[in-house]
Amino acid sequence: MNAVDAGNDLYRELVLEHKRAPRNFGALDAATHRAQGRNPQCGDDVRIELRVEGERLTDIRFAGQGCAICIASASMMTEAVKGRTVAEAAQLQQRFRSVLTGQLDPESAALAKLESLADVRRYPARIKCALLGWHALMHALADVEAPADAPERPQGRASPDRPSARVGQSGKATPA
Amino acid sequence: MGDRLPTLALARAFPALAQTVNGRPLAYLDNAASTQVPLPVLDAMCDFDTRDRANIHRGVHTLSQRATQAYEQARETLARYVGAGPDHELVLTSGATEALNLVAHGLSDRALAEPWLRPGDEIIVSGLEHHANLVPWQVAALRSGATLRVLRPDAAGGLDTEALAPLLGPKTRVFALTACANATGHRPPYEALLALAARAGALTVLDAAQAAAHAMPRMATLACDFMAFSGHKMHGPMGTGVLVGRRGALERLAPLRLGGDMVESVSWDETRFAPLPARLEGGTPNVAGAVGLAAAADFIEGLGRDLIDAHVASLRGAAAAGLAALPGVHVLAPSETRTAIVSFVADGVHPHDIGTLLDGLGIAVRTGHHCAQPLLDHLGVGPTTRASFALYNTPDEVERLIDGVAHALKALR
Repeated sequence: MNAVDAGNDLYRELVLEHKRAPRNFGALDAATHRAQGRNPQCGDDVRIELRVEGERLTDIRFAGQGCAICIASASMMTEAVKGRTVAEAAQLQQRFRSVLTGQLDPESAALAKLESLADVRRYPARIKCALLGWHALMHALADVEAPADAPERPQGRASPDRPSARVGQSGKATPA
Repeated sequence: MGDRLPTLALARAFPALAQTVNGRPLAYLDNAASTQVPLPVLDAMCDFDTRDRANIHRGVHTLSQRATQAYEQARETLARYVGAGPDHELVLTSGATEALNLVAHGLSDRALAEPWLRPGDEIIVSGLEHHANLVPWQVAALRSGATLRVLRPDAAGGLDTEALAPLLGPKTRVFALTACANATGHRPPYEALLALAARAGALTVLDAAQAAAHAMPRMATLACDFMAFSGHKMHGPMGTGVLVGRRGALERLAPLRLGGDMVESVSWDETRFAPLPARLEGGTPNVAGAVGLAAAADFIEGLGRDLIDAHVASLRGAAAAGLAALPGVHVLAPSETRTAIVSFVADGVHPHDIGTLLDGLGIAVRTGHHCAQPLLDHLGVGPTTRASFALYNTPDEVERLIDGVAHALKALR
């Protein structure tokens, strides 16, 4: 029996494949930005670590635990934003969020692979699962913390006017 | 014995059950969160609102007198239902949460009188509690300067008197416990635990929310000062509940809701409060709700509590056995035989995904922390999937649950 037999369009093969073998999973040694996202009600917990060089998001890792939708979405997100500029990543987050909250048609959102998560918009209780990693990404980009052993401060920052966070302290994302 | 509940005929009394969800007949297995309401309860509320509705107490007109009578009759019915004795009073609340807040606040508020809880005192709560029987005690401890201590469950999630005894002492002033852990389905030996705490001088608080529909503790047989439960978990209306207690214990409570109906006389400067139970029921109560809740108690009594209890326990047993036989599935409180709740985790599969796939099959279960995060953290299991049974559920629905979980595991792993 496949997932469709259950009357369920949520668990497409691509989603399950990312859940079973998440991409860019683990810790990033040379991270310049990081943040933690949590859904306290369901126990989903995702940590995002980024390396931003200039305006470009050159590397990303995520780690944590969560449901298939949460893990697959975070995994696909890492693939989608790696190598893009900070502005492009923020725009993609905006479009993905708008699709899930019903403000944008999936067809006109240019989501590429992420479109396989578009059906989550029909499951209101699960939207927060799909957005958790993305919320953490946005918090990480807003986090200007420098790694403990970094000789220099990162050059590119999403919010240069924000005060610097202490090393080891991470931002927290709670999806709306 | 030999008697069985006529579950299929019974289900017809519950209009919400006669529907399909995602193309399948609804199998409603989320009764520990909220049960469905039968026609006699809906009819009783509708009759009240269409015939007798008026504000209660002090009204000299006919409808007010009828409404007052309906409200006080509901109180009497519920007092019988909980096995209250002559020393008990029954206070109607909006639910178990309000009832427990009323106790925790009422024993720690110092605005009106020296409270029961003072600096240096100790409050003991069990580690099995719903947040509603934990958070109010955390705040009561802050308010009073008392210390909160937790009776920690063993590795299997069980509690016993040997673990409680060393925590008790002359400083112990309150002991709060559940009659059934909503997150695991474990039933602690609450009779013995309450008796032990009462002997040590503590006021004892029992959260009976998960027992109310099939195994309501008998107040008069327990060493229990306060017992709380919700109407919507026993086929009554939402927004209804009960705090029943020993009169002397209830009199120690500072009222939580101040205003009309709970006063004897008021001047610009001071107020004399009414006697129990009105003193703890400020404001216009949910009269139709009280009438509906009493009708729910009558409905349960009419079927026979022992019969319902045996029925839900047997469904729980069958579900626990069937689920535990699935690969990588771990049932919490696996040997429990007396409750209506089965909670489990599955290796490599998150409860939310199981819950969504079961919903696709028309099966309603609850997933997550069940408002008992510290307990699930303590047991090292994280969020769970929980099925919970009521008088209208059938062995066939248990089979659908087990098959549905097996299907979900296959699809997701």
